[in-house]
Amino acid sequence: MTDAAVQIGGGGLWADSWQRLRRNRAAVTALGVLVALIVAAIVGPWLSAYTIDKVDWTLGALASPPSFGNGHWFGTDSNGRDLFVRVWAGTRVSLLVALLATAVSLVIGVAWGATAGYLGGRIDGWMMRFVDVLYALPYMFFVIILTVVFGRSLFLIFLAIGAVGWLTMARIVRGQALALRHREFVEAAIALGLPSSTIIARHIVPNVLGTVIVYATLTVPQVILFESFLSFLGLGVQEPLTSLGRLVAEGALEMESAPWLLLVPSAVLAVVLVCLNFLGDGLRDALDPRQR
Amino acid sequence: MAGEVLLGIRNLGVEFTTPQGTVHAVRDVSLDVAPRECLAIVGESGSGKTQLMMACLGLLAGNGTASGSARFLGEELIGADETALNQVRGAGISLVLQDPMNSLTPHLRIERLLTEGVLDRGMLGPSEARARALRALGRVGITEPEARLRQYPHELSGGMRQRVAIAIALMTEPKLLIADEPTTALDVTVQAKVLDVLRDTRDEGLAIVLVTHDLGVVAGIADRVAVMYAGELVELSPVEDLLAAPAHPYAAGLLNSVPRLDDLAESRLRAIEGQPPRPGEVAIGCAFAPRCAAASEVCREVAPRPRVLAGGRTVSCHAPFSVEAGT
Repeated sequence: MTDAAVQIGGGGLWADSWQRLRRNRAAVTALGVLVALIVAAIVGPWLSAYTIDKVDWTLGALASPPSFGNGHWFGTDSNGRDLFVRVWAGTRVSLLVALLATAVSLVIGVAWGATAGYLGGRIDGWMMRFVDVLYALPYMFFVIILTVVFGRSLFLIFLAIGAVGWLTMARIVRGQALALRHREFVEAAIALGLPSSTIIARHIVPNVLGTVIVYATLTVPQVILFESFLSFLGLGVQEPLTSLGRLVAEGALEMESAPWLLLVPSAVLAVVLVCLNFLGDGLRDALDPRQR
Repeated sequence: MAGEVLLGIRNLGVEFTTPQGTVHAVRDVSLDVAPRECLAIVGESGSGKTQLMMACLGLLAGNGTASGSARFLGEELIGADETALNQVRGAGISLVLQDPMNSLTPHLRIERLLTEGVLDRGMLGPSEARARALRALGRVGITEPEARLRQYPHELSGGMRQRVAIAIALMTEPKLLIADEPTTALDVTVQAKVLDVLRDTRDEGLAIVLVTHDLGVVAGIADRVAVMYAGELVELSPVEDLLAAPAHPYAAGLLNSVPRLDDLAESRLRAIEGQPPRPGEVAIGCAFAPRCAAASEVCREVAPRPRVLAGGRTVSCHAPFSVEAGT
């Protein structure tokens, strides 16, 4: 904590935080594994000779166990499609949905919360009551209506998840902004004659970013799980496209006859979730203002 | 002193609405700030000296309201909307806050903090702003300004941060600098440096309103002193006159309670007896009467009006110490 601060002309808070994060072995390992998984999700499907929707008729059984001999490294599913390709394609979809949904909730939530918290008073009251009303809507109900109205699409899923996810983000940011608004540096910025929009964007938002980033990393696993749940109900991604949640759900049906169909995707899902949680914890420690 | 007026405050009052009732933080204060002068406002905690200045900049807390009038170069500030106030804040009147540790936004580099006021107003382009930032840092006596611009507030010491805060205030070339206890959070040697900087800026033609409770600071820099007690302006005098012969008993008490090195026989610090009235307490008569040794019947029943004495002094007291006698 001290040696990072004395760095001459140092990079400031973010550099300090990065150094603290690097000293956290669990977080660094988690980050490394995540990067490896993301790379695998991007290039994985190209490494195999098969595609996500190609049925391999050459095999005797449709669900064949993992084998290096026939090129199905993770085996095939009950329709004879290559699991290796499907797992990485599913990881790709899950991570994409998670990251985009989190990004959507981040942008709306931070802007909404910071504005409400900084302006305070009656505006704050109305803005937060609006959030309360949206909170009161049943989440599933909301998503089902969206799917019915707009049809099923990948884009819609992260929009729907993000549209509900920003509520909690807005509350967190609003609480922080409320506390920051009475800090002296904000008063100094007001006394400098800066307009409210500038003060929110330049003096408030970067200050809550630490908390926001941590909350975001903890949101990503939630979104992945929620997408799995939606897919399980048949509201999520559509065949032949798949996601980790769908693969797990399908694998669970064949658990006794073809256990690899359950084990492989759940292992990937578990690793992603564990890594994100470790990374979130590490970021929380690294960005903790009390350690500054 | 007479003639031109930079900031004219007339009958200014500040009230706070609290669950316990209305609190009058400032009552009926009138004073003028002339160009190029340094006016010190002194008084103990809760005397309303800070709120008086905050009211002029429209920076009162949400439950506060200001009444009366404060005109900056003829323009009314009390009740002005945010857009109008933002024209004056930073540009015409700059503010330096008490605590340098918290008055600089922690995640912005010094360069950004210095230049945001002039850049956002479009007063200067980026390169001119940077040049002026370097000059401003030089003006407040910060070495290696080039390197400092790249640093963050937490990399600077308290005294440097306060000087940066003053540099920020000077960037827009304001006419008036309001410094709210700029030295309170600093240790004595750093205080001296910050005061040097303020004195230099005053000598360069800037008017300063210095809010403080440190009479040593007042003696070193101020031209005139306004003494506040319980939200009221009790005495307004040129600094030499006040220090030599305070007219108001409270001002005399304040001076008396400063420890003196040339009076070692007096081993105990002298304090003014009693406590200031609690905020929200309604005083009949003179607010200082309960603590005043010279208080008479009339002091306890009739609130004194400000009266003008010889030598440009104003005092609100029924029985001011005679200036000629020099008590």
